[in-house]
Amino acid sequence: MTPTKQSTPISFDVFTAGLWKENPVFVMMLGLCPVLAVTNSVLNSLAMGIASIFVLVCSNALVSALRHFIPKQVRITTYIIIIATFVTLVDYTIQAISLDLYNKLGAFIQLIVVNCLILGRAEAYASKNTVMKSIVSALGMGLGFTLALVMLGGVRELLGAGQLLGYQIFSTQFEPWVVMILPPGGFIVLGSWLLLINYVQQRKIGKLIAMESASHCAVKT
Amino acid sequence: MSTPENSVPELPSSTKLISTLALVAMISGLLVVSIYEYTKPIIAENQRLATERAIFKVLPQAVSRLTFVVKNKNLVLADDKTEGDLIYAGYDKNKQFVGVALNAAAQGYQDTVKILYSYQPNTGCITGFDVLKSTETPGFGTKITTDKAFLANFNCLEAKVNSEQTQLLNAINTTRHGSKQHPWQIDAISGSTITSNAIGRMLNQSGQRLHPIVMQNLTRLQQGTANDTD
Repeated sequence: MTPTKQSTPISFDVFTAGLWKENPVFVMMLGLCPVLAVTNSVLNSLAMGIASIFVLVCSNALVSALRHFIPKQVRITTYIIIIATFVTLVDYTIQAISLDLYNKLGAFIQLIVVNCLILGRAEAYASKNTVMKSIVSALGMGLGFTLALVMLGGVRELLGAGQLLGYQIFSTQFEPWVVMILPPGGFIVLGSWLLLINYVQQRKIGKLIAMESASHCAVKT
Repeated sequence: MSTPENSVPELPSSTKLISTLALVAMISGLLVVSIYEYTKPIIAENQRLATERAIFKVLPQAVSRLTFVVKNKNLVLADDKTEGDLIYAGYDKNKQFVGVALNAAAQGYQDTVKILYSYQPNTGCITGFDVLKSTETPGFGTKITTDKAFLANFNCLEAKVNSEQTQLLNAINTTRHGSKQHPWQIDAISGSTITSNAIGRMLNQSGQRLHPIVMQNLTRLQQGTANDTD
C-alpha cells in the first residue's frame, strides 16, 4: 500500500504552485512532447490543455480515492489503466464535438497516456494525498500546463501565420515566418520563453539579495 | 532484536494483486463502454455531415445525391455506412446527373492523406477535390488546398477511360514544378513535392480502379432517382 502523508488543510498554495512556481513546462520541463508538437496554434494548444486538465484531475482523483487499496507492486500498472481510461473518454468526446479538431490534434490526444506530467502527479502527489487536495493540485498543474501551451501557441501562431485564434492580426503585407509553425519553431519559442522567464526570475532574486545586503549594512552602521 | 528476515516487508498475496487489477480494469471497461455507446451515434453523424459537406463542395451544382457501392463491377444503391468502394452521384435541382465524387488516399509526408474528388464522366475530367484527412506540415503540405497554381491543375485534369473501359487512357502523374506538358499531369508545388506526388498517386490509383466502373455504369448513374439530402 502507498504511504499517506499527514492530512494538512488545503491552502491556496496547493493550487497556485502548479500555475507558476512549479509550472510543469517552464519549471519542471514535463510533458514536452505535446508542448512542442501541438502548439502551432492557440486553438490546438487550448484543446490539448483542456484535455490534459480533464485527464489530470480525473486520474488524480481516482488514484487518490483508491490509494489505500492499490498494492505498491501493481501501482504503476493501475495508474496507467486509470489514465488510459480517461484519455479514451477525452478521445471519444473530442470526436463527438469536432472531427476537424480531432484530426488537427492527430495522435497527441492518445499520447496523453504517456505524458510524464500525468503519471508523475499520480505517483508523486495523488497517491499520498487526500482526494480534494489531489484535485486542487491537479487543477493548478493542469492550468499551468495550459497556460504554457497557450503562451507558446500564441507566439507561434502570431509569427507563423500572422493570426490569433484564426483572426488576422497583421496586415497582408506581413510575410509569415513559416518556421514558427514547424517543429523548429516549437524549440525556438520554448527556448525564448525559458530565457525570458529565467532572466526575470534572476533579476528578482538579484534585487532581493541587494535589498537584504543593504538592510544588513544599515543595521551594522 | 529483528532479524534480516523480519525486516523484509510482507508481500501481498497474488489474489490481492489480481483482484485489484481486475477491479480497476472493470471500472475502466465500464467507463470506456459507456462513453463509446454514448458518443457512437454522434460521431457517426459528424462523419456523415463531413462527407456530405465534402460532396457538395466538390460538386457545387448538386443539390441531392445518391450513394452507390461497387459490387462485381456493378453499382448497388447503398448508404454512407456501407463498407467498400463508395461512389457518390450528384444531381442538380432538375434531377440531372452532374458528376460523381470519389474517395482517394495515399501516403503523404507525415501520414495518409485522404481526399474526396469530383469526376465528370461526360468530359473525362477531374474538376476538384476536398481534403478529408491530412496531418501534413502546416505551410508546406497544406498548400494543396490554398496554392492557386496547384488548384489550377483541377480546372480539368484529364482522367479519360480507354475505349475498352478497363483503365485510364493516360496514367495521372505529378511532374516537377513548371514542367507540366499534358492535361493528365499535375504540376507539383515547389516545396511540397511529397504531398503533390501523393495527390497524383492517389488520383491515379483511384481513377484506374473506379473510373472504368463509373463509365460502365453511366446509364445507371444518370437514371438514378435522386433523394433529398437534408
